[in-house]
Amino acid sequence: MSKELISGAEALMRSLIHEGVDTIFGYPGGAIMPVYDALHDHQDKIKHILVRHEQGATHAAQGYARVSGKTGVALVTSGPAATNAITGIADAMIDSTPMVVIIGQVGAALLGTDAFQETDVVSITQPITKWSYQVRNAEDLPGAIARAFYIAREGRPGPVVIDFAKNAQIAKLEYSYKKCTFIRSFVPVPDVEPWSIEAAAALINSAKKPFALIGQGVILANAEKELNAFLEKADIPAGWTLLGSSAMPTEHRLNKGMLGMHGNIGPNIKTNECDVLIAIGMRFDDRVTSDLNTYAKQARVIHFDIDPAEINKNVKAEVAVLGDAKQTLELVTEKLNAAKHTEWIDSFTEYEQTEQEKVIEPELNPTSHEISMGEVIRKVSEATENKAVLVTDVGQNQMMASRYFKFTQSRSMVTSGGLGTMGFGLPAAIGAKIGAPDRTVCLFTGDGGMQMTIQELGTILQEGTGVKMIILNNNFLGMVRQWQELFFNDRYSETHMKNPDFIMIAQAYGIKGRSVSQREDLDGAIAEMLSDDQPYLLEVKVETKGMVYPMIPTGASISNILLGDK
Amino acid sequence: MELFTIIVFSENQPGLLSQVSNIFTRRQINIESLTVSASSIEGIHKYTITVFSTKDMVDKVVKQIEKRVDVVKAYFYTDEEVIYQEIALYKVATNIIVDHVEVENLVRKYNARFLEINRDYAVLELTGHTEDTQLFFEELKQYGVMQFVRSGRIAITKSSKELLSNFLEKRAEKAD
Ligand SMILES: Cc1ncc(C[n+]2csc(CCOP(=O)(O)OP(=O)(O)O)c2C)c(N)n1
Repeated sequence: MSKELISGAEALMRSLIHEGVDTIFGYPGGAIMPVYDALHDHQDKIKHILVRHEQGATHAAQGYARVSGKTGVALVTSGPAATNAITGIADAMIDSTPMVVIIGQVGAALLGTDAFQETDVVSITQPITKWSYQVRNAEDLPGAIARAFYIAREGRPGPVVIDFAKNAQIAKLEYSYKKCTFIRSFVPVPDVEPWSIEAAAALINSAKKPFALIGQGVILANAEKELNAFLEKADIPAGWTLLGSSAMPTEHRLNKGMLGMHGNIGPNIKTNECDVLIAIGMRFDDRVTSDLNTYAKQARVIHFDIDPAEINKNVKAEVAVLGDAKQTLELVTEKLNAAKHTEWIDSFTEYEQTEQEKVIEPELNPTSHEISMGEVIRKVSEATENKAVLVTDVGQNQMMASRYFKFTQSRSMVTSGGLGTMGFGLPAAIGAKIGAPDRTVCLFTGDGGMQMTIQELGTILQEGTGVKMIILNNNFLGMVRQWQELFFNDRYSETHMKNPDFIMIAQAYGIKGRSVSQREDLDGAIAEMLSDDQPYLLEVKVETKGMVYPMIPTGASISNILLGDK
Repeated sequence: MELFTIIVFSENQPGLLSQVSNIFTRRQINIESLTVSASSIEGIHKYTITVFSTKDMVDKVVKQIEKRVDVVKAYFYTDEEVIYQEIALYKVATNIIVDHVEVENLVRKYNARFLEINRDYAVLELTGHTEDTQLFFEELKQYGVMQFVRSGRIAITKSSKELLSNFLEKRAEKAD
């Protein structure tokens, strides 16, 4: 019996459906038109979200992936569309977000001729993807898509690019689809080495002052429960990285706060006092460690990771526990002695008190009439009973949000960590809301970052996506201004911003909104924002020269922490 | 800093060379030599790369190389752990051989081989370590060398077990 012949574009649709894709973020154009034409026949199965810029498509796919745990999918055309998508691809790579980006390409016969809207997508994206592949023949498409989803999702997740030549979209093939479950040269999860489990457990059992560092790896491995059991059995306090936030509830007894440049004092100081440092699914980014020469020198280090290339990359590990954190944490926990480290855990208290007094209290209850970023964030968090998904842009708003938002459940934080991409917030929030429609999604963004992808308000207009957008407007590129104040003698070179009327802009897109500059109006505006499931834009005029503290200056050691107290 | 030989086994996929070389560029490591060829295993290509670096750094780089999807395995070795060779070609004017007996002596001393001689020039070939092929070049230079070229290193490990075969066998078990 001869099989039915279908086009490459149609084969793509069927392959995506086979992979369980029900949402695509995209933008059409000449070199992807056959795919868009095929999409027209599958609107019942695949919902396409028409963004306003290809960067938005990638960030939305990232937001979608991060909250849902599924692989995000973006679909764009060739040339300028492909280059517009680059930022989101790079962002997904460094933050290990599973994403498949399908990019149109000129016909194979034109490749290499500088044809209209041709860019060498595979070469450009190779360094910022897990895998980047050009499909030149229709027959290759199903296999390439199967591999793409397998690679994007398995092991340490990341972005994959499929560059789909136009002729292959049109040509016919005999379609059959087989999910990829194995690639000889790709070992997504290294085998667990039993000795490493023994060694890690022995080291932890011998520890007097153990300290755990939680990274996004815990969330990606769905290992929250195992982490909890691990920490509780041996009574280990923990700090978390920006991307590890929400892996454990904010109010958990063993949760000692955020690590790094703008993290909490306690976990940063204690990193340099613990005897055994247990890093779980985190990669010792320089924003966490600062000066490596003074970082945790006294500690014996255990590193849990799925990616062998992370071991000893920045910090030497005495014991490397390779494997999937869900499995390795459970195996190590079995071998742990139940312990109590009361005195050690209590020793964090003095730092918590200092920080509370010198940083948190002045931020949350300012004496000035100007509204602070921290108080807005804490109010929004509490008004959602700390159940919302937090999405941030990049800058002071991001650091403040991660410091003052409270988490009660995992997968509640969407932020651009490794790349620090301004403009990430708005499209990522749209994707997050689509990925978790039943949850409240709150975006905090700066006036600068908002304007980098503000056109995505059009996507909200079209889709009615009920995101809650909070612009913390300080009329400055705040984070850069903070550095200028601290390290460049208050020379505010090009960081002051004259801003448009954001509420009028929202209105033009049919989005409700309100601008607040008085503290007494804040609660009412937040309540109004959260009262229904409609999109809403809340602009809060915050103090123009607010500062994020604590701060460990770049490259400095943790002992040089700034608290901002006069 | 020490010279390391990195051996990379990969699937026969186009575009891999730039992926591999990019990893060195990012870390500011200069590739001293690079040779790509088929290996004894069907469908598997082999890269032999030499770099001056520290053990710590090559270790990191090799892990990054191995992370690329189409790379099957990557290893690194010191000179003691491999048997290696390079090949060099030298073009000299034929008359210098006729005019200077020393040149012929040099050819003998280094065990070089004539690949071609015609009225105008002779092409010599020498296989060996960089130092040998370089020394021959230095000595020949005083008589005039018209062209000189040296290949990248090729290397074979001294260990008797083939690490790659073990790996491939294990992977084959997991395939079904
Ligand atoms: C695309 C991009 N360009 C530039 C930067 C550098 N940068 C980091 S924070 C920041 C200021 C952000 O200002 P704003 O969005 O107003 O937020 P705020 O810090 O005031 O909360 C800038 C310019 C960046 N991270 N990303």
